[in-house]
Amino acid sequence: MSDTAWTPDQPLVSIRDVHKSFGDLEVLKGVSLDVMKGEVICIIGPSGSGKSTLIRCVNALNTIDRGSIMVEGQEVHDPDLDKLELRKKVGMVFQQYNLFPHKTALENVMMAPLKVLKQPPDEVEKRARALIDRVNLTGKEGAYPGELSGGQQQRVAIARSLAMNPDVMLFDEVTAALDPETVNEVLLAIKDLAQDGMTCILVTHEMGFAREVADHIYFTDRGIIVEHGPPTTFFSEAKDPRTQEFLSQIL
Amino acid sequence: MNGFQQFFYDLAQEHPKWNFIYFYDPTQTERVVDGFWMTVQLSVICVILSVIIGVIGAWIQGAHSKTLRLVMQGYIQFFRNTPPLIQLMFFYFALGQFTPTYSPDGWLEVPIISNVGWAIISLSFFAGAFNVEIFRAGIEAVPESTQEAAEALGMNRLQIYIYVVLPLAFRVSLPALNNNLVNLVKTTTQALAIAVPELLYQMISIYNDYSTAQNACMLLLFIAYIVLVGILVFGMHRWERHMRIPGYGV
Repeated sequence: MSDTAWTPDQPLVSIRDVHKSFGDLEVLKGVSLDVMKGEVICIIGPSGSGKSTLIRCVNALNTIDRGSIMVEGQEVHDPDLDKLELRKKVGMVFQQYNLFPHKTALENVMMAPLKVLKQPPDEVEKRARALIDRVNLTGKEGAYPGELSGGQQQRVAIARSLAMNPDVMLFDEVTAALDPETVNEVLLAIKDLAQDGMTCILVTHEMGFAREVADHIYFTDRGIIVEHGPPTTFFSEAKDPRTQEFLSQIL
Repeated sequence: MNGFQQFFYDLAQEHPKWNFIYFYDPTQTERVVDGFWMTVQLSVICVILSVIIGVIGAWIQGAHSKTLRLVMQGYIQFFRNTPPLIQLMFFYFALGQFTPTYSPDGWLEVPIISNVGWAIISLSFFAGAFNVEIFRAGIEAVPESTQEAAEALGMNRLQIYIYVVLPLAFRVSLPALNNNLVNLVKTTTQALAIAVPELLYQMISIYNDYSTAQNACMLLLFIAYIVLVGILVFGMHRWERHMRIPGYGV
């Protein structure tokens, strides 16, 4: 388990037999999956099936009880883990955007490169403006989160995360809290990223989107991966009755 | 006597109940000015110290050490649940007995902490106990999820505290802090119990010497505190407005 041995032909994120309990409630009961560089995977499943917990474990926001999660060959479950190193590699976007309300859109994007990476301000600002432009928010640089719609806030959150130049992005039900009319603008931003070759792990309820952008879809229920496959076969040829039932409810 | 002084002198002759003696007797004017200045100093110093105590105390309340947290809890319970007047007297009369003394002129032994010193200590700790609770409430109002986002961006605990938690907590705390500081300014009058020559002390001295000045002294007291507290509230409100951010806080 050497930290230096990772090469791009190995999985960028490798999850092996992960177990996690909150008190008596076991939310992950041995989950394994691999994500290759440039791959986009979607994790779907009913509420409480452990999807969010799983991706929160990937950037060590949650600890795991058993198993292994490797990001670029680095064990996340290691108690001596350099969390900063991990979080430079792994970006995360949350359901509730979680922007810093006292900072403008531009300042939100600039905060981490400035304060954490201690990069020079003018360089950071230039990149931040480019990122805001990339998520189609030019002109909103000076707006506070409270002045932006949910969809706009979520796009700022994506830009903020990209400012750290991550190798993999985690999206935790990022459209679940949005008004239907703003869902699309956020999905477009993610799609743009995915097409650019960003490795993405998405927890989502947007089946149409999953079908369109995902390279691989995982269906989880009650802490295990019930079924998985590429979108071409996953939706049409689901074998497990639980998957069939879920898909019939949602599609 | 100039015209102004003459007017109030005549007024006192005609209506003995309205003897504005501090307007025409320079000695009394000086007492008022001294008292007002002492009140201002006491207020400003105690406001600053109590806010510092509040910030440090709120940080200690979130500390890992259980002992530290218990000590802080004990401090808050003691100072919040007992009358400030008793605290002042306790500090000055009880603790004052144990303070070391020094002799500036070789004759008289003077305690190193004067009554003014004790008033500052006592009142700052009194208001500080409330400030700790006020700041703690502000810190608790910062959503866990916002801190989590900062964590996911690679910030460590201290960075999250400085750049995210404190700026947000402070905004939430300002209205409550405002109230407590107003109370503090008014509570400085109780320092008269340990003979601190602040405004109330001086005014009582004046009307003890000139009983006809009583009403005029009361009037001045009210006006002085309305102005003093007014300035504080005005400043705090301006600050609040300056810090206000769209879509956040009260």
